[in-house]
Amino acid sequence: MQVTGLQEFLERIEENKGDAVIALAGNPNTGKSTVFNSLTGLNQHTGNWPGKTVVFAKGSYRYKKKNITLVDLPGAYSLLANSADEQVARDFICFGKPDATVVVVDATCLERNLNLALQVMEITPQTILCVNLIDEAKRKKMAIDFSKLADLLGVPVIPTVARDKVGLLDLKESIHRVVFEKQLLQPRRIVYNKVIESAIEKIQEEVEVLVHGSLNSRWVALRLLDGDPTIIREIFNHLQRMDPGDQQSKRALKVVEDCG
Amino acid sequence: MDSLEVGLNQILSKAQKVRWQVGSVREVIVKSIYEQAQEITEKVVTTKEAEEDLDRKIDNIVTSKILGYPLMIALLGLVFWLTISGANLPSQILADLLFGFQHRLTTFFHWISAPEWLHGVLVLGLYRCLAWVVSVMLPPMAIFFPLFTFLEDLGYLPRVAFNLDKLFKRAGAHGKQILTMCMGFGCNAAGVIACRIIESPRERLIAILTNNFVPCNGRFPTLIAMAAVFLGILVSKESNLLASALVAGVVVLGVFITLLVSWILSKTVLKGVPSTFTLELPPYRWPKIGTLLIRSVLDRTLFVLMRAVIVAAPAGVVIWTLANIEVANLSIIGYLAGWLQGFGRLIGLDGYIILAFILGLPANEIVIPILIMSYLSQGTMLELDSIEALRQLLIANGWTWLTALNMILFSLLHFPCATTLLTIRRETQSIRWTWLAALIPTTVAVVVCFLLAQTARVLGLV
Repeated sequence: MQVTGLQEFLERIEENKGDAVIALAGNPNTGKSTVFNSLTGLNQHTGNWPGKTVVFAKGSYRYKKKNITLVDLPGAYSLLANSADEQVARDFICFGKPDATVVVVDATCLERNLNLALQVMEITPQTILCVNLIDEAKRKKMAIDFSKLADLLGVPVIPTVARDKVGLLDLKESIHRVVFEKQLLQPRRIVYNKVIESAIEKIQEEVEVLVHGSLNSRWVALRLLDGDPTIIREIFNHLQRMDPGDQQSKRALKVVEDCG
Repeated sequence: MDSLEVGLNQILSKAQKVRWQVGSVREVIVKSIYEQAQEITEKVVTTKEAEEDLDRKIDNIVTSKILGYPLMIALLGLVFWLTISGANLPSQILADLLFGFQHRLTTFFHWISAPEWLHGVLVLGLYRCLAWVVSVMLPPMAIFFPLFTFLEDLGYLPRVAFNLDKLFKRAGAHGKQILTMCMGFGCNAAGVIACRIIESPRERLIAILTNNFVPCNGRFPTLIAMAAVFLGILVSKESNLLASALVAGVVVLGVFITLLVSWILSKTVLKGVPSTFTLELPPYRWPKIGTLLIRSVLDRTLFVLMRAVIVAAPAGVVIWTLANIEVANLSIIGYLAGWLQGFGRLIGLDGYIILAFILGLPANEIVIPILIMSYLSQGTMLELDSIEALRQLLIANGWTWLTALNMILFSLLHFPCATTLLTIRRETQSIRWTWLAALIPTTVAVVVCFLLAQTARVLGLV
């Protein structure tokens, strides 16, 4: 079996991951690293993403008797993989199966930052929105209705000022609830136009048979429609990794029959 | 073919059929996401009054066509002026302290009647080289790095990138190259690593190959000291203002050479069209001064100083040894410098300077200490604790304003240090590009110094 950079990375994380693995995503310049540093303190180390010139940081903290591993993903504007950074972020959120993903957004430019958050929520329901730099939003006389935002998105929304350590306890608590108390999240789904929605419908069923719950079939169907070759290769690697053997062959054959 | 692949291929071909019916899926996806982000934002964000956007107002000035460049250069000059005038006194104090201790050490060595060679290697070699590196490098670094980090944290650097973007595009390079150059101010090896932010391999290579034209922290003390020496010889008066203008001018020249070499590369070995990118101008943020000081002192100043010290200690021993082992009445260093003398003269330098640059390959920081030690070992011992004393020593060794100027230019343009070269090797995965990264700057340095030296001599200026 082919060993990909992602796989090597996942094995590395697996070594001492503690009780849960949390991914930290966000646009550049949102204070994501400040959030990471404030949460983990000195318990962190950086390294290279195997096979790619992308740097990542891993750290840990303890909250309510649980050891949490935090993976600081490279800053990305989207998960549509326009760059190596974005690809790494996407692959980890999608195939790394973190127990939850925290998306750090800049309160002063919420609109642009929400693009990423919506895309993360499309992959995994286990998403928490950390709205950072609310002090600057206040300075710019912007008022943000956080509870309405949480309602609209269907995921927890935590306002923070990471560099002054404001709101970080709330963030830890929210992570704890989502991961250990199985707080039920129903994130808002991005609705596309009719043409795309019906196209998704056409292939989603077969995708579901193939991925068998190991990936979000709607999301995979969208990527297949989009035709992005990097993601298709990763999906293939992932499926091979998930269940080698008979099960997979049987399901794959069923797909062949259905499509034929 | 394995059955999973068959299954996936089936779905893929089906997806492909559907895709043809839909048209550009990617565009629709991106548009839908944007629309929904906008919709949500409109529902939750209310701006109380007409937004008083100070950032935009500042940006309109800082990135304006008329004021953008002058402001940038003025700011650069200001940083150097603060560095140069601020570093003078602490440098003096440190030198007094460290060289004062050298006398104590000498007394101690005599007291225990240690052999003369041991005293030479340890005190005159190792210790003196270290003392030089610390007293010359530490004060400017301790001022320059916090100032630079301040500009960085404030959010000024992306504006610099914005200003210079057009120039770099025209040179066939990537706009983000400016950010990698800014990293290069700290350390060229770090600058080369920073080139990872450039996606296109062609433009990344250009950025890597030219990063060295930005003087790194290891070379700043050399440039600053030489600027003072140059002005001292030329107008025989010390002026911090002139010296900082000169150093700022040297940096601008470095940027100019970067553009020129990038342009030549993009027209020859690295042909191609510059790719576009979105540059975000993040809001200005007033940095936390405490964190800033700790970070710039611990992460940068002490890190670079430690590196210099680690290299300087053995270098001091080697130089002293080379300078004190004599074969037929001439030290080894004398022989080596003698061989290089002809070439050195040709480009307006001398054999000792060339030798210092070659021996300084492990780290640029030790070029001046090596030079001083090799000059000192030739003649009388003198107390070297000020720029004035340094100037006297250099003049005594035949320096003119041309030597000082060429020393500045050669230091700015010559081959990268060993660490940077190793980093380039690692980043490019290629011996060929690594060699080019050493050869291109060296060629530029030799050509520039040669032309200047010959012109000055023909015109009878020296």
